[in-house]
Amino acid sequence: MSPPVKVIGALGSTFSHRVEAALCLKGVPYELIQEDLNNKSELLLTHNPVKKKVPVLLHGDQAICESLVIIEYVDEAFEGPPLLPIDPYDRAVARFWADFMDNKLLKPFWLAHWTEGEVQKGFAKEAMENLALLEVQLRGKRFFGGDTVGYIDIVFCCLAPWLSVIEEVTGMTVVDESEYPALRQWEKEYNSYEALKPCLPGRDQLVAYFTENKEKYKMYANAWAQQ
Amino acid sequence: MAGEKNKGLQLLDFWVSPFAQRCRIALAEKGLPYEPLEQDLSNKGELLLRANPVHGKVPVLLHGGRPICESLVILHYLDEAFPEAAPALLPSDPRARAHARFWADIADRKVFECGTRLWKLKDGEARARARGEMVEALRALDAELGDKPYLAGEAFGFADLAVVPFAAWFPGYARLGEFSLEEVCPRLAAWAERCGERESVARNMHLPEKVCEFIAYLKDKYGDK
Repeated sequence: MSPPVKVIGALGSTFSHRVEAALCLKGVPYELIQEDLNNKSELLLTHNPVKKKVPVLLHGDQAICESLVIIEYVDEAFEGPPLLPIDPYDRAVARFWADFMDNKLLKPFWLAHWTEGEVQKGFAKEAMENLALLEVQLRGKRFFGGDTVGYIDIVFCCLAPWLSVIEEVTGMTVVDESEYPALRQWEKEYNSYEALKPCLPGRDQLVAYFTENKEKYKMYANAWAQQ
Repeated sequence: MAGEKNKGLQLLDFWVSPFAQRCRIALAEKGLPYEPLEQDLSNKGELLLRANPVHGKVPVLLHGGRPICESLVILHYLDEAFPEAAPALLPSDPRARAHARFWADIADRKVFECGTRLWKLKDGEARARARGEMVEALRALDAELGDKPYLAGEAFGFADLAVVPFAAWFPGYARLGEFSLEEVCPRLAAWAERCGERESVARNMHLPEKVCEFIAYLKDKYGDK
């Protein structure tokens, strides 16, 4: 019998949600350990000494870090429906889009909401160009992978439960419904997907969290913008 | 016969790109023949822009004309599309695979990304942060290596393959960041030499001096003034 699975995660972290979503879809029971990111625990720092970040998957005596690494681990180490496609080329395409999310879209998308003035405009332009590529990918499909939520969908989760929350907290809209109808429809589909219900964050909780930490997130955003 | 061995592989390449280097080493490791196509990145051609419309970057692997972009994605693809081509780049055990992927990601997100900020940014808080993160990442790599011959353990593996092209960049980064490699990561030099004993790596390594020249060129052309 497989040793127990725990996730060191945090409310508010899209990366943490990715891991929970992967475990949910794979049908792997787990215990969630909520981390207070303002006061990082010994448990987190011991198991992720290099990056000191959530999420961390604990499986027996193994600690796996980095959300994309964890998702592939979950897919490979446990029985259950596959998260990534089976065909090598389709897998390469899926991994490409995951890389796109983290290395091309995430920064402008996030900073377009959390910064202001000319800086905000620059990030919004970049975000919208990148989002347009996703809009094309989604056209005619319910999810990026087809009829069911898969790897690419959970990788893009910051465009689902988080999107309307940060729009509300920051007062900024970048993903306009009229320009990105497929993306906004996908957002609704993701947020109401039955198999993800056990791990979807509560909207009110997320709003409260980001409202409480608004100044901190604005500060992080401005620092990130200068890099 | 060339036709029998031909796997229909082409690599859109650029000599100094450590990402393209990874792919060249991987193809050599697996004994997979390919057509190298050096790109002019200052004047990107149709082939590159069609193959990688999102980023316009190398490396791109073309397999029967179908593009695969991003070096680590390419490495995974080589294992999965050519399972008969030994050795496997990634180990078979999921935990070992996760370990390999984690350290490959450190090379991308910490070493290369911080290195880029080091030559690009003017002196100031942001640049100081980049320097700090770079030193931290190199210390972490050194600590992970420890007394092992390779990052993966007793044998050369995916993590070593992913990180080794950056070895030629370390001296340049150390110069820019004004830190000592001997002090920060004393074991990495020996590790790089050990990796360089493999033919696949030896044939695809660059001299640090050439990479330093290239970094100086990048700083001059694209650095913040």
